[in-house]
Amino acid sequence: MTERVQVHEPFVDPAQQHAADMLGMYIFLASEIMLFGGLFAVLFVCRLLHPQEIAAASKELHLWIGGINTAILLTSSLAVAIAVQLARQGSRRAVAISLAAAAALGAGFLILKAVEYRLEYSDGLLPGFSTASKFANPATHLFMNIYLIATVLHAVHLSIGILLLAGLVWKLLRRSLQVPKRASVIAVSGLYWHLVDVIWIFLYPALYLIR
Amino acid sequence: MHVVRPLIFVWAALMSLLALTIAASFALTGPLSLVTSMGVATVKAVLVYWFFMHLREEGGLIRLAAIAGIAWLMIFFFLALADYATRSSS
Repeated sequence: MTERVQVHEPFVDPAQQHAADMLGMYIFLASEIMLFGGLFAVLFVCRLLHPQEIAAASKELHLWIGGINTAILLTSSLAVAIAVQLARQGSRRAVAISLAAAAALGAGFLILKAVEYRLEYSDGLLPGFSTASKFANPATHLFMNIYLIATVLHAVHLSIGILLLAGLVWKLLRRSLQVPKRASVIAVSGLYWHLVDVIWIFLYPALYLIR
Repeated sequence: MHVVRPLIFVWAALMSLLALTIAASFALTGPLSLVTSMGVATVKAVLVYWFFMHLREEGGLIRLAAIAGIAWLMIFFFLALADYATRSSS
């Protein structure tokens, strides 16, 4: 695969350029892990201090919507992983279709998430939009605050990912992004998409499955 | 097709683990539930990192960069919980 890759300055060989691409993206992803890590720390400490209240609050969340959304993101990650393999083989249209499918699944996730927020608003459980006195106790209110911040921050990341993939699809269709010459662009963008998926893999049990 | 098939197996494994973690949430409570759900999530994350995020094909340097953030986060979690997890309940 490497001999068909375009090498840019200052790199001398494709393997070195590939290592630099992956290294840079992984270091950026480390900063994302630290960003979400803080939220997980708050969540675990909160759970440690108020085990009963947090478990009761978690049971009020829509477990099945969250579960379906997890399945949607896992499937979208499969589509991105397939796109990277196709890009290395140079099948331009198939890569575009695969990335478009992943972006569409991502959009499906956001729509379902919006439906879920709407249901929580109806239940009077959405901080900032529902009256504070409706929460069973302060710990429940705190948990729902963390839930809202964590899921909105994740949704923002997912939206960026959707725009990123849509941009790649656009460039592939206009032939301004060529595969397999620049397959690394697909691979590195894929890393971001997969990390957003991994964050949800942890957010789902940490928020919805507290028992 | 031969490069796509392993990816589909990984996806099937991820979906099975999702089903497992949901099932476990109905059966387990308390610390056991936390350990199980986070354990399953970790296995899922390892599958995604290893197969979808190309760590299988990469050398030691990239693998090290990939786990650096998580390793630091675990250190911070350990330090924070050294306080919260050892407080007396009185």
